[in-house]
Amino acid sequence: MSGPLFDYVLGLADDALISAQRMGWWITRSPQLEEDVAMANIGLDQLGQARSLLAYAGEVEGDGRSEDCLAYLRDERDFRNVKLVERDQRDFGVAMARLLIFSAWQSELYAALLRSTDPTLAGVAGKAVKEVAYHLDHARRWVLRLGDGTEESHARMQAALDAEWPWMEELFDGSTVDAGLVADGVAVDPASLRDGVLTRVEAVVAEATLSVPQVSAAVGGGRRGLHTEEMGYLLAEMQHLTRSHPEAAW
Amino acid sequence: MKDWPLWEVFVRSRRGLSHVHAGSLHAPDAEMALRNARDLYTRRQEGVSLWVVRSADIEASAPDERDSFFDPAADKIYRHPTFYDVPEGVEHL
Repeated sequence: MSGPLFDYVLGLADDALISAQRMGWWITRSPQLEEDVAMANIGLDQLGQARSLLAYAGEVEGDGRSEDCLAYLRDERDFRNVKLVERDQRDFGVAMARLLIFSAWQSELYAALLRSTDPTLAGVAGKAVKEVAYHLDHARRWVLRLGDGTEESHARMQAALDAEWPWMEELFDGSTVDAGLVADGVAVDPASLRDGVLTRVEAVVAEATLSVPQVSAAVGGGRRGLHTEEMGYLLAEMQHLTRSHPEAAW
Repeated sequence: MKDWPLWEVFVRSRRGLSHVHAGSLHAPDAEMALRNARDLYTRRQEGVSLWVVRSADIEASAPDERDSFFDPAADKIYRHPTFYDVPEGVEHL
């Protein structure tokens, strides 16, 4: 696999794909059936974004790899998602803190990609920008309720925010995005999104009576294929069926 | 979270029609109820507008009052507009 455009599109695709897989974990595990459906809906939106982007990545690569091929037949080191989305999220507060950060970032990203000189990326962004606005709204409402709720929910929401915050920095790391793509107006410089994302997230944190975590950034590397231990388990579950039964169909 | 109240959901399928009862759901408050309603009842483009109202706030007619509530209307066929001749040429009646 090669090419700066391929790498860029794959990174965005994998962020959405891996996040969708984590959202799916919540089905049957949410606090209520209604929240199961909300989490599934958000995951399905992300999966739709991933499918469009993976199909485009395969097209850019030109080796005939389909979206399924890219999703199910790559190994861990070939995935380009940030570590924020791949880690376990078995705590509802953590899931909402992460969704707040991720959807705020996606909101800024897709808003900027609307003006991409690459018509496919601009097209994907046009559809996704409305979806992620809803995801951000959902995360925001829960963070407000839990942060400004009981003493217990406030403490747990703050702990969740503290746990997710260090992983935000990797989203703004521009070192893996080709400068030429940014100069041509195809890609968005990740660093340019920081202020917008922080403004959105910190406004919610303040309204929820929480504090902005004073923590240092976690070690990134996801965009270069370096992942956390939990990524392998996620891929094993996500890819198991396709790898055990190649070309299985309904 | 196990004691979330029940809400009734009303969906307007398109402009010009009235909201129709679609079902019910649980939610901690009105804002979340509206969003849950969006996820549960408009997944297949069923609506352009949503209302939610707490089920406890609805005053409903009781089944055992049905005779006194509804039967007296049964013999008042003159309330149906079938006794009037529509004059020719009237378009918007």
